[in-house]
Amino acid sequence: METITDFINAFVLLLNFILVPGLAYGSQIALGALGITMVYGILRFANFAHGDTMAFGTMVTILVTWWLQSQGISFGLLPTALLALPAGIVATVMILLITDKLVYQHYRRVKTPAVTLLIVSMGVMFMMNGIVRFIIGPNDQRFLDGEKFIIHARNFKAMTGLNEGLSIKVSQGLTVFIAILLVGALFWFLQKTRTGKAMRAFSDNEDLALLSGVNPDRVVLITWIIVAILATVAGTLYGLDKSFKPFTYLQLLLPMFAAAILGGVGNPIGAILGGFVIAFSELIVTYAYKKVFVYLLPVSLEPSNLMQLLSTDYKFAVSFFILVLVLLIKPTGILKGNVI
Amino acid sequence: MTGGYGGADILKGCTVDVDEGEIAVIVGPNGAGKSTAMRAMLGMLELKSGSVRFRGKEITHLSTQARIAEGIAFVPQTNNVFVNMTVLENLEMGAFLRQDDFRETIEQVFELFPILAEKQNQLAGELSGGQRQQVAFGRALMSQPRVLMLDEPTAGVSPIVMDDLFERILEVRQSGVAILMVEQNARQALSIADKGFVLVIGENRHTDTGAALLADPEVKRSFLGG
Repeated sequence: METITDFINAFVLLLNFILVPGLAYGSQIALGALGITMVYGILRFANFAHGDTMAFGTMVTILVTWWLQSQGISFGLLPTALLALPAGIVATVMILLITDKLVYQHYRRVKTPAVTLLIVSMGVMFMMNGIVRFIIGPNDQRFLDGEKFIIHARNFKAMTGLNEGLSIKVSQGLTVFIAILLVGALFWFLQKTRTGKAMRAFSDNEDLALLSGVNPDRVVLITWIIVAILATVAGTLYGLDKSFKPFTYLQLLLPMFAAAILGGVGNPIGAILGGFVIAFSELIVTYAYKKVFVYLLPVSLEPSNLMQLLSTDYKFAVSFFILVLVLLIKPTGILKGNVI
Repeated sequence: MTGGYGGADILKGCTVDVDEGEIAVIVGPNGAGKSTAMRAMLGMLELKSGSVRFRGKEITHLSTQARIAEGIAFVPQTNNVFVNMTVLENLEMGAFLRQDDFRETIEQVFELFPILAEKQNQLAGELSGGQRQQVAFGRALMSQPRVLMLDEPTAGVSPIVMDDLFERILEVRQSGVAILMVEQNARQALSIADKGFVLVIGENRHTDTGAALLADPEVKRSFLGG
């Protein structure tokens, strides 16, 4: 009997520290990678400004959240930020369209090679980063309110009588739920609507899409709108789940790019798959398994160290390692995408 | 038409035309400007001088999309299908500018190319070269064009598929569509052509009916290999 309880305890530990956070973090990376893959598939460049686009959208959402809070408006059990999200999206759509008009449009007209556009997007990245730091400051901002937990570890222990608790935060549940909704809507749009098909056609074969009468300006416009939605939602969910700090969003570029390339850049399903692979790899490699082994192994074999493969400080090395590995072995990604 | 891609002109005052229900074929050696002439007519290349007219209307300065909307369809020689889309979606994209119900046209295309009906839910990228060519052809027909332009429709397909494609081209002509094509396979193409244009370094060398060109000893000697 003892061994079965131990086994369940070990299992709950893994659920609590790997599966639940992995699903949430994976969804956030997947949404970010989807934005990168959309830009790559349709506008044909690697958008380094994506992390800071997320930061911008999140910043606006936070500012509106604070304003709503000051007005005494809340969303009950759910975070007020969800009410502010549409405002964040609108602002991000606007800044992306302005950026396109002022910067990218020119380079598209003169048919600049993708590498040049990549550098251009870095310029946009610095600009956007500067704007965000200028407005909200470089520090950590917390903006989560409402109920914190769906299942609290303490209640879980009381309910099950186990030693280990399982906690699911509202922000984690929301992340997964909203990610599923958003991805579902995106795929429905791309697969079923006339405009969505035109976008896929444009991504597939630009010349032939033009020969079929697809209006490229409209495709570009709708791509930026979708990217703004994905970026703002991903950024806000990440901020609710962890916290908002502009620099963190810049760092997120690496796992997001790794996810997009791992899945096959330009391939939306690949971006989602890549997001979860990256998130789980990070957690699996940086989790300290000592307690799990304590439950599973006899006392005599109890590990003396943390049983951690890599310190959490090195979590970005995981993305980087996967990225390099994919580029070396299978540059088209798991699902066939373009070569970046 | 005169023009080129910067530097020396590729087209030097050449003229091609085609009437409803006619097949016109452009032949000539490599580098004669055959494909360039096509691109110019589609608005993918700016002309220095000369004009493109369609049903009496000047369209020289219209964008490619505007010309497509006027009723011109084009089948490029390569990359002429959406490889990540199904056969059916490829056909739907051909009808992108149509607001009316185009199911009937899809049926007509399926009648013309029965294999496409069979493979309608397969990705176009998974099809053989000949089948892809049929998808490309079908996609172009979906817009119900007045003029159908084909750039080497039989390049790289087997002789059997080639005969079949020429059959289909003749069938499409029956419906009153004007067909203008560039063809490597000059002898066979001229044999079904109402009109033939022999281009050499961007100029018209010979212009006559297909049959007359086939019979012309000089054309025979220079371009048809004796």
